[in-house]
Parts: sequence; C-alpha cells; structure tokens
Amino acid sequence: MSSGQIDVAYVAKLARLALSSDEVERFGAQLGALLEHVQTLQKLPTADVAATAQVIPSVNVMRDDVARPSLPRDVVLEAAPQRQGSYFRVPRILGEPG
Amino acid sequence: MSVTAAAGDSALQVNGGAYEAVIGIECHVELKTETKMFCGCRNVFGSEPNTNVCPVCLGYPGALPVPNRLAIEAIVKAGLAFGAEIPPFSKFDRKNYFYPDMPKNYQISQYDTPFTRGGVVSFWLPDGTQRQIRLTRIHLEEDTGKSIHAGSTDGRLGGSTHSLVDFNRAGVPLMECVSEPDIRSAVEAVAYLEALKRTFVALGVSDVKMEEGSLRCDANVSIRPTGASELGTKTEIKNMNSFRSVQRAIGNEISRQAEALSRGERIVQETRGWDEVAETTIVQRSKEEAHDYRYFPDPDLVPIEFAARDIARLRDELVTLPQPRLERLILHDRVSVVQAHQLIDTPGLADYYEETVALSEAPQATLNFVLGELSRLANETATAVASSALTPKALAEIVDLTSRGAINSKTAKDIIARVWSEGGSPAEIVEREGLGQVSDPAAVDGFVREVIAAQAESVENFRNGKETVLKFLIGQVMKTSRGKADPKLAEERLRALIAGSDP
Repeated sequence: MSSGQIDVAYVAKLARLALSSDEVERFGAQLGALLEHVQTLQKLPTADVAATAQVIPSVNVMRDDVARPSLPRDVVLEAAPQRQGSYFRVPRILGEPG
Repeated sequence: MSVTAAAGDSALQVNGGAYEAVIGIECHVELKTETKMFCGCRNVFGSEPNTNVCPVCLGYPGALPVPNRLAIEAIVKAGLAFGAEIPPFSKFDRKNYFYPDMPKNYQISQYDTPFTRGGVVSFWLPDGTQRQIRLTRIHLEEDTGKSIHAGSTDGRLGGSTHSLVDFNRAGVPLMECVSEPDIRSAVEAVAYLEALKRTFVALGVSDVKMEEGSLRCDANVSIRPTGASELGTKTEIKNMNSFRSVQRAIGNEISRQAEALSRGERIVQETRGWDEVAETTIVQRSKEEAHDYRYFPDPDLVPIEFAARDIARLRDELVTLPQPRLERLILHDRVSVVQAHQLIDTPGLADYYEETVALSEAPQATLNFVLGELSRLANETATAVASSALTPKALAEIVDLTSRGAINSKTAKDIIARVWSEGGSPAEIVEREGLGQVSDPAAVDGFVREVIAAQAESVENFRNGKETVLKFLIGQVMKTSRGKADPKLAEERLRALIAGSDP
C-alpha cells in the first residue's frame, strides 16, 4: 500500500499539527510503511477469531459511587499555562465545540 | 411566496402543497450521582470553580478512568423505562476533537455499542392526542467543562477576547438520548422532552433542570411534502436553553425552511444556533466543516457485559413510571389529559390521589378535591398535600360523606381545612359536632321560615322579581342552619314558601 492512500495533510490538520511540505512527505512515507506492516498482518487467518475491542481479558471493572478527595484548586491552577482567578484562562475560542 | 402554518404548527403549506416537519431530537441529560463518571470527584452543580477536579477528569497523562457503576445502572434503568433493548455487550469509545473545555482532547463516549437501543417514548399532547416517538439509542458519555467567554459585551463567543474554563463539570456522567425523526411539530418536541424529563425525575436518575444545564438538547429539523417517505435536507438547531426556546426555535426554523422552499431556494445542511434575542436561528457551521471524530475503543476501559439476571434486577428496581400511570388515569379513571398531568407533575400528588381512590372508589370526586381544595391549601400553606395531616383515608371519608349527601360542600371545605392542620377523622368530627347536612324538608322549612320572617324587605324584593336576592336568602338559611342545610333544598323551599305565603 502506498503512502498516497493516507491524506497526511488532513490527518495533520485533525491532530492540530502544522507540518511543512517536507514533513508531509517524510511522515507520509513512514505511515505508508506502517500500513504495509498492517497488510502483512491481514494475511493471517482470523476467520475463527472473534473481533475484540480490548486486549485485556477482563470485563465489568467498575467502582462504587463514592466520593474521593479532589485536588486543591491552587495546586491545579499552578499547573495551568495561564490562570485568571479561579479559572484556567485560554485563548480566544474561534468556533463551537464538536 | 406563500407559506401558512396552521395552529399547532403541524399543518404547513408551501405554494399550495401540504408539507410536514420532520424532527429528531438529541438530548443530553446529566445523571444524578454522588461522583463523576470515571473518577471520585463530586458531581454537584454550583461549586466554586475548579474545586471538583483530579488527575483523571483533568486528563493528566497516565491517569486511568474507572466507570461509575451507579451511572451505568441509571442509564440501563432509563432505557428499560422506555422498553429499550439492553445489549449484553457494551464498551466505551474515544471521540476525538479539540476544544478548551475538554482536557483530554477526546471525550469518552459510546460509538457502536450504546448501553440501550430502541424503545418508545409515549405521551399526550395538550389537545388529548397520544403520540409515540421511537428512541434510536441512549448512550453514556462524560460531560465537558464549562467555558465563560470573557471580553465580549454579552458573555457570548462572538467578540470575546479570551475564555475562562471551569472543569467541575468535566467528567460528569451524561446520557445522550437520540430519537428517531418521528416528531412532527414544535409542540410535540416540547411534549417529548417533558415526557423524558418526567420519567427521569421519577426514576431519580437526573434532576433534569434545563436552567442548570442538566438537560440540553439539539434538534434536527427538515420539512417535506406530507406523506413523502424521503427526508428533506435537515438543519441542526443548537443553543436552546429552555422548553420555551425549544418550541420557538423549532417553530421558527420550520417557517424559515418553508419560506426558503416557497421562494424556490434549497435548504443547506448546516448547524444553526438559536438566538434568543433576535428570535431566529443563525448559521454556525456548514456541512463542509463537519468534524471527523475518529472514534475508536478506549484502551483504558474494559467492556461492560450484562447477564440477563443483572437486567432483571434493575427492571425490578424500577419505580412506578409516569407513563403507565398517565395511561391508567386518562384511559381508566377518565381523568382529563390536563388534570392527569397536574397530578403526575406535582410530587406525591398522584400517589395521594391513588391511595384515596383505592378507599373512596370515586375517581372524579376524589380528583376534584385533590386538584381543588387540597391543591389550594397546599399552595396557601406551602405544604405538600402528602405531608398535611389530612390522610388519604380522611379524604376518602370526606368523599364518602359528600357523595352520600351527609355533609354539604361548604361543610366539606371547612372540615378539610381543619383536618389539614389538626388531623383526625372527618366522619367522627361530623358525628361529634352534629355537622351532618340537614336534608329533611321539615327541618329546612324551619330555617327558611325564620329567614322569611327576619328578612321581610329582601323577601319583598324577591317577590317583585329581583331574582338575585335569592342568593342572599339562601346564604341566610345556610347561616341560620350553621352551614348544615342542603343548599339545593334550601333554595327549593325558599321559592315554595315565599310563593305560598302572603306578602
């Protein structure tokens, strides 16, 4: 499979990555190599293997609805790139959420 | 251009042809739990900003989510309440997008394995029509934080210079209920939401307060020639912050589309926001900019599997649901649609009514007292009917005493007011204080004669054709009898004795 089948510029845009045209080419080739590897895997006979969404052989891991202490606000906001009063401050938002 | 929308906005005309609206609703409901969906931070509205946060809900690297069992049970109950199927296998997926109120840059949600599938929401419209709207699914996800857009004059996004984020809401369990496009008018859309709300409140799974954001909804709206099977191009309406704005926004969007079509324009698939002030929807995003969420199974969470016995246990835990109750009231007890909803929507009132009817076996008379005198006293004293000293048994006695004619309606009201605050048995009070209605004509005649003798002038006026004076004279008979005379009999005997006596 060739790298041409991955629209690297589009994927980069979704991931909010600003790539130069050199990078688009370089990562395109690398992603293409990954896809080739997947193609090799696809040759394995898997007709008898059930599809799975998880590799851990476990289900129903849950917790009771019991409160635990939260972090102190100042500790949390100290880690913020920018704070304003009790809030995280973020740059101007340009559009509605997804 | 020619557009007419008939009353109830379901009948629509575009250039002489009949059109109908097709509406589907996605609504988000915050679950009422002690803690968030995937961490032990508290799930409460109105805390100080950024005080209910931890490494999990702030999306710190390496922090691992663990699902809240109660939230999962709550969504299963919500599904069961509408007759949904609970698939034996469910998992959580990541929905990837960037927004400042979402710390992980993905939202844990469910893509192809929701906790519930299908189901039907039944309800009555105010005009008495019964409607059924199919549910597509209800899935579980985590809520996002809240942003305040600062620097703009009206606190909205447009014109803001920066935003402030509070992550207290991030990670709160959120169910997304998706309906099929079965809704046909703005009025129906609101009735559908009210039916969801009523059920979730009864189940105790959510407060469902639009003003606090625990219920939020978007509507997909399109119109098509009535009876067509193909769907028209839809728009998605957002920013509806109250039931009233849902009704106005959808009604407005239906008209906008009808007007566009009648001018020969095409409807563009886009997201439009309801502007409460301008009373119109405004384009937010066209389809071309639609997001690509790249859903995939969340590797941090293992699947959830339900055995039949788990589902049976949750089904057993379901409380009396509003829908079957409304059906019983409306179809069996013949209570009007409006009154049935009054009973159901006042906490405890339907229970009280049903307990009383079980004893009185007189639905209509009981209903009249419950929605009349009892509701009046409840408002006046700011006490719920169920917490007054007037028990369903006491009310059943009153219903019985009045229906047998043993007390008149005035005495009934007096006794209700007394027992409301003091408690006790109405039957015993009537017996002990001799408050029984006097229905014996001879006894009533005694009171009537007394009144005729004392009120000569009024009697004369009545004789001269002043019909209204009779009301006053009946009042005097009631007063003389200390409220015990049967008022109908009093009127009858007054007329007879005045006619039969000389001026």
